[in-house]
Amino acid sequence: MSIHQRTLLTVICEAALEKKLVADLEQLGAPGWTISDARGRGNRGVRSAGWDTEGNIRVEIICARDVAERIAAHLQAKYYANYAMVCYLAQVEVLRPERF
Amino acid sequence: MGLDPVVLFFIFGLLAGLVKSELKLPPALYETLSIILLLAIGLHGGVELAEQASPTLLGQSLLVLGLGVLLPVLAFGLLRGLRFDRINAAAVAAHYGSVSAGTFAVVVAYLAARQVEFESYMPLFVAILEIPAILVGILLAKGVSRDTQWKELGREIFLGKSIMLLLGGLIIGAVAGKEAIKPLEPLYTSMFKPVLAFFLLEMGLIASGQLGALKKHGVRLAVFALCMPLLGALIGALLARAMGLSLGGTAMLATLAASASYIAVPAAMRLAVPEANPSLSLTASLGITFPFNILVGIPLYLRLAEYLMAWGL
Repeated sequence: MSIHQRTLLTVICEAALEKKLVADLEQLGAPGWTISDARGRGNRGVRSAGWDTEGNIRVEIICARDVAERIAAHLQAKYYANYAMVCYLAQVEVLRPERF
Repeated sequence: MGLDPVVLFFIFGLLAGLVKSELKLPPALYETLSIILLLAIGLHGGVELAEQASPTLLGQSLLVLGLGVLLPVLAFGLLRGLRFDRINAAAVAAHYGSVSAGTFAVVVAYLAARQVEFESYMPLFVAILEIPAILVGILLAKGVSRDTQWKELGREIFLGKSIMLLLGGLIIGAVAGKEAIKPLEPLYTSMFKPVLAFFLLEMGLIASGQLGALKKHGVRLAVFALCMPLLGALIGALLARAMGLSLGGTAMLATLAASASYIAVPAAMRLAVPEANPSLSLTASLGITFPFNILVGIPLYLRLAEYLMAWGL
């Protein structure tokens, strides 16, 4: 069994952004992503997901380092100023590198 | 006549939320209830519309569209007068120019309980009033700017959930006609109030959550959220009189003009004017104006309509 290094980019943001975000990811060449609902607390206060506009999503993308950095830079430039958004990178190990 | 039981459900939800009870309805249930209500309102309107369609309806629709443009501009002026910055004033104004289908459902039940007749095509006006305020709000916030994505926004506005459900219901009702729709009739007769009661219970819980944020935004917002519905109701009622609507129709248009959106507009404004603080609009429309209209406003607007008619307006 061979193990390969890839980068996991996790984005947590307002659910309102989902459509825009998916369009961006497609354009920036993300090989795939997983989206789930999320709730929690950050410097914009409690985001309880109790109401439509308070909904949050977590988007996970596993890809090559350069793609992850490109996406992260794009998100920072486009959304950080006005939206609740956090993103972070982590090294992960995958089994089938051709998929990511 | 005491408080309507559906209003008691709303108060129950409000209190349960305020004492931080564990009571919580699943989000999917809220979705379901609001879909049923909107479809029921649309269907009922459609069935009656097919029976009494008339060319004057077109002119009235245009006037209502004009009301949808006027209201956000007025709200914007009022907010600027209360020294809100331009972006936030525009975003909040868009909410108040648009309508709340939940409030509409309550006024339907209120008038029906008092056997006050109203024009059957009112649901059409709900759909019409949803549209212009969002556009006016964006224009007030940004002027005509090139980076507004009108195409995407248009989808959001015209294909939004509540408009689709209302218009879909209207068309199905009109096409099917009174006889064929019989098996579905409970939707807007015997089933309407139970569904509305559960819906209002959830709305009470949600509104109580928004009340907490009120402390942050202070008195100016509360003043606006209480004055604007009164001003809107007066304008709506006067327009209804000018259009020659019935007593029920006048109270209803007044209620529509007094209500503020909390579903379609927040979603659209979040994308179109992201600089605006979304909690400001939601606190005002959900935390103050919605409860005010349900508890005090609707009976008041019916009274207003009665006075206006008594004065021969």
